Amino acid sequence: MSGNHIISVLVENKSGVLAKISGLFSRRGFNIESLAVGPTEDEKISRITIVVNAEIHSLEQVVKQLYKLINVIKIQELDPSNIVERELVLIKVNADNSTRAEILEIVDIFRANIVDVAKKSLSIEITGNSRKIQGIEELLQPYGILELVRTGKIALSRGSKK
Amino acid sequence: MGKITGAQMLIKCLKEEGVEVIFGFPGGVVIPIYDAIFDSDIRHILVRHEQGAVHAADGYARATGKVGVCLATSGPGATNLITGIANAYMDSVPVVAITGQVATDLIGTDAFQEADITGITAPITKHNYLIQDIKDLPVIIKEAFHIASTGRPGPVLIDIPVDISKGMIEDNIKVELKLEGYKPTYIGNPRQILSAARGIYESKKPVIFAGGGIVSSGASDILTEFAHTLNIPVITTLIGKGAFSDADELSVGMAGMHGTKPANLSFTGTDMIIAVGVRFDDRVTGKLSEFAKNSLVIHIDIDPAEIGKNVKVDIPIVGDAKSVLTDLLGRYKELVEKKGEPDRKEWLDYVMALKKQCAFKPGNEPESLKPGYIIRKIWEATGGNAIICTEVGQNQMWAAQYFKCLKPRTFISSGGLGTMGFGLPAAIGAKVGCPGKTVIDIAGDGSIQMNSQELATAVLNKIPVKIMILNNGYLGLVRQWQELFWDKRYSHTDIVDSVDFVKLIEAYGGVGFRVTKKSEVESTIKKALEIDNVVMVDFRIEREENVYPMVPAGYPIDQMIECE
Repeated sequence: MSGNHIISVLVENKSGVLAKISGLFSRRGFNIESLAVGPTEDEKISRITIVVNAEIHSLEQVVKQLYKLINVIKIQELDPSNIVERELVLIKVNADNSTRAEILEIVDIFRANIVDVAKKSLSIEITGNSRKIQGIEELLQPYGILELVRTGKIALSRGSKK
Repeated sequence: MGKITGAQMLIKCLKEEGVEVIFGFPGGVVIPIYDAIFDSDIRHILVRHEQGAVHAADGYARATGKVGVCLATSGPGATNLITGIANAYMDSVPVVAITGQVATDLIGTDAFQEADITGITAPITKHNYLIQDIKDLPVIIKEAFHIASTGRPGPVLIDIPVDISKGMIEDNIKVELKLEGYKPTYIGNPRQILSAARGIYESKKPVIFAGGGIVSSGASDILTEFAHTLNIPVITTLIGKGAFSDADELSVGMAGMHGTKPANLSFTGTDMIIAVGVRFDDRVTGKLSEFAKNSLVIHIDIDPAEIGKNVKVDIPIVGDAKSVLTDLLGRYKELVEKKGEPDRKEWLDYVMALKKQCAFKPGNEPESLKPGYIIRKIWEATGGNAIICTEVGQNQMWAAQYFKCLKPRTFISSGGLGTMGFGLPAAIGAKVGCPGKTVIDIAGDGSIQMNSQELATAVLNKIPVKIMILNNGYLGLVRQWQELFWDKRYSHTDIVDSVDFVKLIEAYGGVGFRVTKKSEVESTIKKALEIDNVVMVDFRIEREENVYPMVPAGYPIDQMIECE
């Protein structure tokens, strides 16, 4: 089964660890769709959320190879049906007097925020899952998206289990 | 409590780890470390090139089972280690490589002799460290030795900036290991072991496939007991040579591209492969989709990532070879007690008939100088009790085919990486680790020239290794491919008369012989072994002798080209 898989990797928060992980992906021929890193509730530990496009057999290999890295503490493959996933996106879109109102309406429907207003553009902040982000992107496309930046997906499994 | 320098602390920690010898080469940023070595009773062997140091540490580790240690300076010293580190990584050898680094405040500035060696070696080390705080030094040394020698062994590199080795630290090395992300599994899952025992019991045509994991886990004795209790033939890999005695009646030898016919055909006939400590390299499996098509596979390995990587596995068992084989034998014996001995006579008879058919028959050998004859004579002269190191190429394959290894840690060869120039420095390391044993480097005239500078190391340090060059004036294995698959277009493989090897060894202060006739072989080997010095013998073998059998790359393992 090919497709996107979300893996959550807990690592020791030490220098060089991210390089070791990203190096492993390229060296073993795996593609990273997105990657987000940050500290966790424990400052000595960071969480890396990686979205990887791979067949299920290759995914098993990548998880096993990741486990071999000494600084990797724990790896979870997150089940997409039982997680909360979010991504934050900033979109700068063309907007003039004739289109501004329409764009604001879209922003409203998607419960996004306007974070910057200029004469010829609007900057929009939106968080959500992939579908929501894809939705607003498609609707804004006709106005001309000037720039777009995404944080990469982060996710946690639902319920109290760690 | 008093203070000592980082370098002194390093030496103290190495002694704490039981290090007796370091192979190394000095340079600017490791002068503080060499200054500390000057006062220490750790033996330091000065090599002539850093690649020699890391291969020697590798050979030492393979021969003794201890961690091999090498030391090099920053920049070019460190980068010269790379081939040797990759070599140790591919063959899972416990090596700790220590490199000097420019001072911490210069890192990243392209300083003189700066190289990002932790970045460079990340893909070829089990783990590596750049020491950034002198306080971390003792714990890093402890971790490095622990990681290198436990689980699936492998090389660990420690990069030490010069200000850290010159800095001062409390003279206290009491540290605790805290490796949250490193917990190798030694004990196999009991349910998996039971289902493996049942699978083996039910199988009609089982084979054992033993690799380097048997050697590093010290599982040779239990493997022998296992094979004899079950009465199952044993195939080995190149690195697994010696894991099971080649002289044992159940041994069918090495499998693969230049493996024995009985071994390769056993893979085709079997219905159950019990693979232990192997990684199913492409040189062993041949065309993967055809490999052991009719067989179930039990794969026992301490590294979970090896299981299912190349070959589909039916019963995976993650664990240490020795522990798992012991448990598996126990479960199997219980089944036999309950249900009686299974009947596998037909299969065993078939394999043994293959073995007999391919066995060496004396009496019909040609008069020309053949590599097989020379290696058999080396075997006879040493009673099979030598440590054999090899270079890479035809010499290596002939050594593997003709030298019958009786014990683990007696066949030392670069398997995974296939590093020409490995044999001589590895032999030096093996001899340092096992001074009481005869250590022989079976070499080719091509490979030996890749690290022949280490002849100086051997002679000056009185490390009397014996180098037997099978000299055909070619880069022989490549020439063989050119002959068979490239229309005999010998592009850049003819290296005839590169150097007078007798004069070369004499120039270094050793002893050299040249052998051109079959009749001189036996007496020259005898002389070479008796002389208490480094001896190099230049055997002028038939130039276009090929290694057979041979499975062409990408072909199924049972399709062998055989000797006419």
